[in-house]
Amino acid sequence: MPEHSVGRWIRPVLMLALALVLGACGGSGYQTKGIEGLLPDLAFRLTSETGEPLTAEDLRGAPTVVFFGFTHCPDVCPTAMARIAAATEAAGEDLDGDLQVLFVSVDPGRDTPQRLADYTDFFSDRVTGATASVEQLRELTKRYRATFGYGEPNEFGDYNVSHSSAMYVFDARGQARALFRPSDSVTAMAADLRRIAEG
Amino acid sequence: MNTLVTWLQPWEPSLPVFAACALAVSLYAIGMMRGATPGFWPALSYFAGVALIYAVTQTHYDYYSQYLFSAHRLQHLVLHHLGPFLIALAMPATVLATALPARVRAWPRGPAAPLFGALRRVYRILQQPFIAGVLFVGVIYFWLTPEIHFDAMLSIDLYWFMNWTMLLDGLLFWWLIFERNDQAVTPRLSPGRRILLLALIMPPQIALGAYITFSGQNLFEIYDVCGRAFPIDPLLDQQIGGLITWIPAAMMSVMAAIIVLAFRLQGRDSDA
Repeated sequence: MPEHSVGRWIRPVLMLALALVLGACGGSGYQTKGIEGLLPDLAFRLTSETGEPLTAEDLRGAPTVVFFGFTHCPDVCPTAMARIAAATEAAGEDLDGDLQVLFVSVDPGRDTPQRLADYTDFFSDRVTGATASVEQLRELTKRYRATFGYGEPNEFGDYNVSHSSAMYVFDARGQARALFRPSDSVTAMAADLRRIAEG
Repeated sequence: MNTLVTWLQPWEPSLPVFAACALAVSLYAIGMMRGATPGFWPALSYFAGVALIYAVTQTHYDYYSQYLFSAHRLQHLVLHHLGPFLIALAMPATVLATALPARVRAWPRGPAAPLFGALRRVYRILQQPFIAGVLFVGVIYFWLTPEIHFDAMLSIDLYWFMNWTMLLDGLLFWWLIFERNDQAVTPRLSPGRRILLLALIMPPQIALGAYITFSGQNLFEIYDVCGRAFPIDPLLDQQIGGLITWIPAAMMSVMAAIIVLAFRLQGRDSDA
């Protein structure tokens, strides 16, 4: 049957073409998830935990790990912060340069700069807290294909916040390099942080 | 009012999608104004198909498609199944051709004839039933491969590429199923072969939908990584998405088979 002989070659060709399209993105050699070319450079305008304005330019010169969370978060955020603190600690030992972590609160209604400062100090000196208005946060999270949403408040006024569980790693020039997922090990995170810090 | 405006605004405006929908609607309307008489139901089917495709890509619904697996599955059900199904059912080729100036209609016979000939050959290869069926099921499986799904939902360019492949493949497939013109470029399959093809694409879709529905583990990590539109149990979201991949998608085959049979009976009546 002619259609079968055509089918035999066209499928591998199609799969190869799609594999090439996808293979061109992401970057290889990462132990976590490489995202080179998949996400845009780091750019933002936030209010830091000291109450001062904070922009991406202020963080250039050293790799930055960005996490979107909220301080009332019961599980995902403390776990993520503990993991990234351990990973930066492990990676930072052999590095001359610095590694910085930016904790962006997507709950500006409850997370004041003071509250953010208390929260980030608990984990590591490398962690800086920041937040902005909901509209600005929407814009920023959208840029990194992330989102957040608020649940209904309970009788005490507490509400849950759905947010991204990933950590976005940018190199010293602000280019998106890797994504740390909850399933990535601290060892893998540390290895990729070292790799990104070294260029 | 504000809510309505918010809902009508695209979450990620896409010029190609907007232009394609505007072109599809205006060409059909011009064709009707120039004397084509598709009839009420085909026109309704065509416009409903285009409107649905527009609604799931260029309104606030797209926000949910990007941040909820279940909403994403519904978006693809419209892009790959329902929207192209309705468009192909309307068999709009004659109306669209009427809209084109005679000069444009003559292109396939003009100096660019070799190009059109090559395109026609590629099109006919893609429309071989075996290839069409493999492609139809293949794109669903391909984009639902967890690693590939992750990248497609993370990169905005890949996201649109994925949606376009779903839409174009849907148009190809349903066009093949509903083609009723003897002179058309599309291979004209017998009703039996059309129904066989519709039946053959069902089991792989059912298997995939059932696998996603009953999988106890979170298969599509990207929605946790990027955050969901609102707090919802990840497995519940995945189960709803699995059910959408499974039941309505397979039901479309049954509906199409009934329509193919109805056309066959209608053809017999008019022959008699």
